[in-house]
Amino acid sequence: MNLHQLLDFAPVFDHLGQILSGFWTTVRLSAATAVFALIIGTAVAGMRVSPIPVLRAAGTLYVNIFRNTPLTLILLFCGLGLRDTLGLWTNADASLSGYWLSVLGLSVYTAAFICESLRAGINTVPLGQAEAARSIGLTFNQSLRLVVLPQAFRSVIAPLGSVLIAMIKNTSVALVAGSVEAAAVMKQMFDDVGGTIPVFLGFAIGYMILTLPTGYFFGWLAKRMAVSR
Amino acid sequence: MTDSGKVAQEAGVSGGGPLVVLENVNKYFGELHVLKDIDLTIHRGEVVVVIGPSGGGKSTLCRAINRLEPIDDGTIRIDGQPLPEDGKELAQLRADVGMVFQSFNLFAHKTILQNVTLGPTKVKKVGAADAEQHAMELLERVGIASQAEKYPAQLSGGQQQRAAIARALAMRPKVMLFDEPTSALDPEMIKEVLDVMTNLAAEGMTMVVVTHEMGFARASANKVVFMADGQIIEENTPEEFFTNARSDRAKDFLSKILTH
Repeated sequence: MNLHQLLDFAPVFDHLGQILSGFWTTVRLSAATAVFALIIGTAVAGMRVSPIPVLRAAGTLYVNIFRNTPLTLILLFCGLGLRDTLGLWTNADASLSGYWLSVLGLSVYTAAFICESLRAGINTVPLGQAEAARSIGLTFNQSLRLVVLPQAFRSVIAPLGSVLIAMIKNTSVALVAGSVEAAAVMKQMFDDVGGTIPVFLGFAIGYMILTLPTGYFFGWLAKRMAVSR
Repeated sequence: MTDSGKVAQEAGVSGGGPLVVLENVNKYFGELHVLKDIDLTIHRGEVVVVIGPSGGGKSTLCRAINRLEPIDDGTIRIDGQPLPEDGKELAQLRADVGMVFQSFNLFAHKTILQNVTLGPTKVKKVGAADAEQHAMELLERVGIASQAEKYPAQLSGGQQQRAAIARALAMRPKVMLFDEPTSALDPEMIKEVLDVMTNLAAEGMTMVVVTHEMGFARASANKVVFMADGQIIEENTPEEFFTNARSDRAKDFLSKILTH
């Protein structure tokens, strides 16, 4: 392969439809994962600060398992283990089952990080806030939901943004669970037209278009929602 | 209960039966024995001021009454009911016991009005409109109705503490606990908080007040409880206590604070 080929931008534009459809899958994966990971992560964080020892232990176990396992392993397990071996979602349309299996793997993995960010946020809420909540008769769940978590969330908006940016980039591993997202399209193009600089640049810019605004948005939100004490 | 009846007579309170009863209460922080065999009865309508040197167990006693500090031994009964261990029953009991903290502890992400309505709407399931109306009445009463839409951080310490008192009153509690309510305030703000407390006492609210404000104790208390080293050393009327303390420990304490 010569230098002329290495710098040829034409393949990027020739395959634009394919690339955009890959990124569209990335966006769909990210959006669904963000929702589920936030829900699971909040629930696990609630377990980890619960007064009930069994729940605390379960929450700790969850975080230790999913935070310390490579994402590729989790996604491979979703694809090969859950679908191919256990036979879950096999009768669904292949691209659809690949999508949901990817969302599942990404969500349980990202939730562990969201849980830990949130737990750090809970620690920034002064103890007196929870004591005051209990003293007016709120139950543990109510004081967590109405007083502690809203303040905890506000104090970790910026770090949550980082977790979500990492999650968007992590969708690039979803191919192993059967999702044809942007990175999968890139790999295909490397095979078809070669690993050229324009192809690489095109995809790098594509990811930045998704992640940069996410970062700015969370930075803006963090400032706007900050709780003054 | 002839015993408590006698105490009520001594305290000069008529008609109020026992509301908060502590019997043989013990509490340890690790090795430290912070509450030693505490027996204390607080009658309906009584204002009990707890004073004593720092680290003597005053705050712990106050916090034990609504179980923010669990006790290791003994019983605490409120209106005849023993304090539940945990869960919904405990939450229900706490709803009947108002608490005012040294550091105010207003919910930082909610407006003053929302701070006051949160308990009634979520615990007592009062409708939003009724809760707001009652909250505004209370804020009016403590003199900060004009601050209702502000956030706690926008208020002065004195205003925040008055809002905290309104928040506790919104639950229509049977008894109010004050844990050093003026200790974190500038001198000129202390008065505005004490005025609210004095009015509350005059209206017949049952109050337990941990404080260093001797003026408030003299003017509003029915009973002064002097605590040191985790023990109740002396229980007396304010007149008797301030002019004629029985124990040497109390005399020593009073000589140190009253000479200024």
